[in-house]
Amino acid sequence: MTFDEITKKLRDAFGDAVIEAQSEGVPEAFLKVAPAKIHEIAALLHDDPDLRFDYLMCLSGVDNGKETLGVVYHLYSMVHRHRLALKTDLPAADPKLATVSDLWPTANWHEREAWDMFGIVFENHPDLRRILLPEDYPGHPLRKDFKVPGFYNGMKVPY
Amino acid sequence: MGLLDRQFNNSNVIITSMENLLNWARLSSLWQMQFGLACCAIEMMAAAASHYDFDRFGVIPRATPRQSDVMIVAGTVTLKMASRIKRLYDQMSEPRYVVSMGSCSNCGGPYWEHGYHVLKGVDRVIPVDVYVPGCPPRPEALMEGIIKLQEKIRRESLVKKSA
Repeated sequence: MTFDEITKKLRDAFGDAVIEAQSEGVPEAFLKVAPAKIHEIAALLHDDPDLRFDYLMCLSGVDNGKETLGVVYHLYSMVHRHRLALKTDLPAADPKLATVSDLWPTANWHEREAWDMFGIVFENHPDLRRILLPEDYPGHPLRKDFKVPGFYNGMKVPY
Repeated sequence: MGLLDRQFNNSNVIITSMENLLNWARLSSLWQMQFGLACCAIEMMAAAASHYDFDRFGVIPRATPRQSDVMIVAGTVTLKMASRIKRLYDQMSEPRYVVSMGSCSNCGGPYWEHGYHVLKGVDRVIPVDVYVPGCPPRPEALMEGIIKLQEKIRRESLVKKSA
């Protein structure tokens, strides 16, 4: 399916939950959706026989810098050979989102990374721990308002 | 011992100072703690393999700190790893030596400014004897570092520890 066909299918199913569809003037066409509906939309993309996005290529956290955080899903269908970028924005003060690790097991570690680096909470995640940084590290370092701690466990961190 | 065998046909007595003997023994069998942290470890492995052959200096990798004399810190020391390095160093028996290999381990390297997760120099947690610069240093450079360490051990004194 083309990007426009996928957009139409999602608009028919979810209406206003599809906030924005951008295919021109951007490196890759993307859909922006409401964070509250992310799991239902992901489930449709995964299960619908015409869509069949069976491969989550990447799940990334983003700090937009305007008091919103984002999560970007890059999806691919091995069956139909089509792809889609799915974006969603969250308030930085309370970034909560449903997990998609039940649909794509790949998302398990990717969501742990997004939690580690951006502090995005994935609800119903089976094992939401830090994946790279030590368990007692202060804060989430890829956020734009992050300040490097002066000391960590008695070790000086700045140069 | 080939040289000595040909010179002394029967058993003989060699006179030397205790210091010389101990220092010679120590610098000729620097068993190395076998671990690497990043890309420097690749060069370290190349140095230990047949082409550069660290074995000829008596540098043999050991898999436990209890049997090691020298720790080659080869790579980026993250904050997560720093406490482990400190523990491994504490587990080594004295006399123990540390070679800091590569820019990351010397001073944080490319992570010096924005490396929120990198310790800016392993000398912030353990004492370092020899620093080997490079990113990563070639095996020849690491070899130079080992030879420098051997020189340092050769000058050691029983009454005053210098390294």
